[in-house]
Amino acid sequence: MAAGFKTAEPLEYHRSFLKENCRPDGRELGEFRPTTLNISSVSTADGSALVKIGNTTVICGIKAELTTPPSDAPNRGYIVPNVDLPPLCSSKFRPGPPGEQAQAASQFIADVIESSDLINMEELCIEKSKLCWVLYCDIMCLDYDGNLLDACIIVLLAALKNAQLPEVTINKETDLAEADIQKKQPLKINRLPVGSSFAVFDDSIIIVDPTAEEESLSTALLTVVTDEEDRLCAVHKPGGTSLSGEKLQHCINRAITRNKEISKLVNKVTESMKTAK
Amino acid sequence: MTTMMELDQSYSVLREYGSEQSLLSKPDGSSTFVQGDTSILAGVYGPAEVKVSKEIYDRATVEVLIQPKMGLPGVRERAREQCVRETCEAALLLTLHPRSSVTVILQVIHDDGSLLSCCLNAACMALMDAGLPMSHLFCSVTCAISKEGQIIIDPTARQEKECPALLTFAIDSAECNVLMSSTTGSFSVQELQQCIAISQKASEQIFQFYRDSVKRRYSKIK
Repeated sequence: MAAGFKTAEPLEYHRSFLKENCRPDGRELGEFRPTTLNISSVSTADGSALVKIGNTTVICGIKAELTTPPSDAPNRGYIVPNVDLPPLCSSKFRPGPPGEQAQAASQFIADVIESSDLINMEELCIEKSKLCWVLYCDIMCLDYDGNLLDACIIVLLAALKNAQLPEVTINKETDLAEADIQKKQPLKINRLPVGSSFAVFDDSIIIVDPTAEEESLSTALLTVVTDEEDRLCAVHKPGGTSLSGEKLQHCINRAITRNKEISKLVNKVTESMKTAK
Repeated sequence: MTTMMELDQSYSVLREYGSEQSLLSKPDGSSTFVQGDTSILAGVYGPAEVKVSKEIYDRATVEVLIQPKMGLPGVRERAREQCVRETCEAALLLTLHPRSSVTVILQVIHDDGSLLSCCLNAACMALMDAGLPMSHLFCSVTCAISKEGQIIIDPTARQEKECPALLTFAIDSAECNVLMSSTTGSFSVQELQQCIAISQKASEQIFQFYRDSVKRRYSKIK
C-alpha cells in the first residue's frame, strides 16, 4: 500500500515523513549517508579514487601529461576536470554529448579547484614557457542517487592526494623532456575543500544529502564548500525558491562539521595506503 | 531608453545602469540591460511549442541559451545557463502553461564585469516585456571582495581580475531573500553575510528602476 502511495503521490509521501522529522530511508534531516572511500583502484591512472555516498558512486582517474604552458600564464601548469554522467548511472541521462548537468558540474569543480587554491599551479610548471604538467581529472558517475557535487569533490581530493608524478628534467643538449618513472613524487595539496549539499522542501524544510528522488521533489538545491580553516570556497545555489539568512547560516554550520568528518576520512585512507606500502 | 544614476557611499555604488524593452520584432519579449560597459541583449519566446522529449506534463519547460561575444558556447556558459534557468523557473508561474516551452536567449554584447548579474537582469526585463506571469521579480547584484577585505559592488572586469573573491546573488522582489548564489574564490562567513546585506540593499534600487520603467511605459504618453 505504501508503494502505491509513493508512486501516485511522491510529494505527499515525502511530506508525511518530513512531518515526523525523518526521511523515507530512516535518516534524520541533518544526517549524511554512510561515505566510503577507496583509492588507487585504477592502476593505469597516475592517481585514482572511488567514493560511495550511500548509493551514489563516483570514480576519478587522473592522468598527467606534459605540455607547453598557456601564453597568458607561462609559469603555471593547469588542471582540467571533466565530469561525465553516462547513461549507465541513471535513466535520466541519454547517450550523446554531455548534458547541462554534467557541464555545469565540470565548471563547478573547476571553480572549486581554483577558489580553494587546492594545488599551487606554479609547482606544476617544470620550465617557464617551455614545459608544464597538465592534470586531466576524469570524474565519472557510476550510480546516480543524488548529491553528485559532494561526491565529485571528495573523489577529486582523494585522487589528487593519491597521485604520483614522475620527476621530469630537460636534457640540456637535446632540449627534450626526460621523465624518470622510478622516481615519483606525490602532489602537494594545500587545502581540503569538502562540499555539503542541501535540498529545500516546500520553501521551509532543509534536508542534508538528498537522494535522487528527494532532489527531483525539492524546490531548491544548495551546495556549500568549506575548507579546513572554515573559510567558504563556494556557495552554489543555482536558483530555485529563496532562502533566508538564518537558514543559510544553519547550512554553513552543518557544512563546517561535515568538513571535519570528511577530512578525517581522507587522511585516514591516505595514511593507510602509506603504511600498506 | 530609461537610465538612472545613483550616488551612495563610496564603495557601494552600482555603475550607471539602463534598459530598453521591445526592441526586437520577432521574439515575444526582448530587452537590453546595460551596467556600466557590460551590455546584454535578451529575447524571450513563449509560451511556445515544446519537443515531446522535453515536455513536462504539468508545467512549462524553461530553456536558456547564452551566446558569448566570440566563439561557441562552452562549459562556462552552460553553468551560467543553469543559474539563469533555475532562477527563472522559480519566478515564473510555470503551471499556467503545461506542455509549453519558454525560451530565454541572452546575447553578450560587451563584457566588462558582472556578466551573470547583467544576464539575470536582462532576462527579468525581457520576461516582463513578454508578459509572462511571474510570482515575483528578481534582480542580480555582483560583489567582489578585494585583497584588503573591502567589498566592491558591481565590479568592472579589471576589478574582478584583481579581487580574490567574486559573489553573485539574485534577490527576489517579494521578500528580498537570496534566490541564486554563485561564488568563486574563498571568503569568510562574515564576508558572505556582509555581501548578502549589501546586495539586498542595492537590489532595492534596481527594483525601483523596474517599477519606474514599467510605469513610464504603460502610462498614457502619446
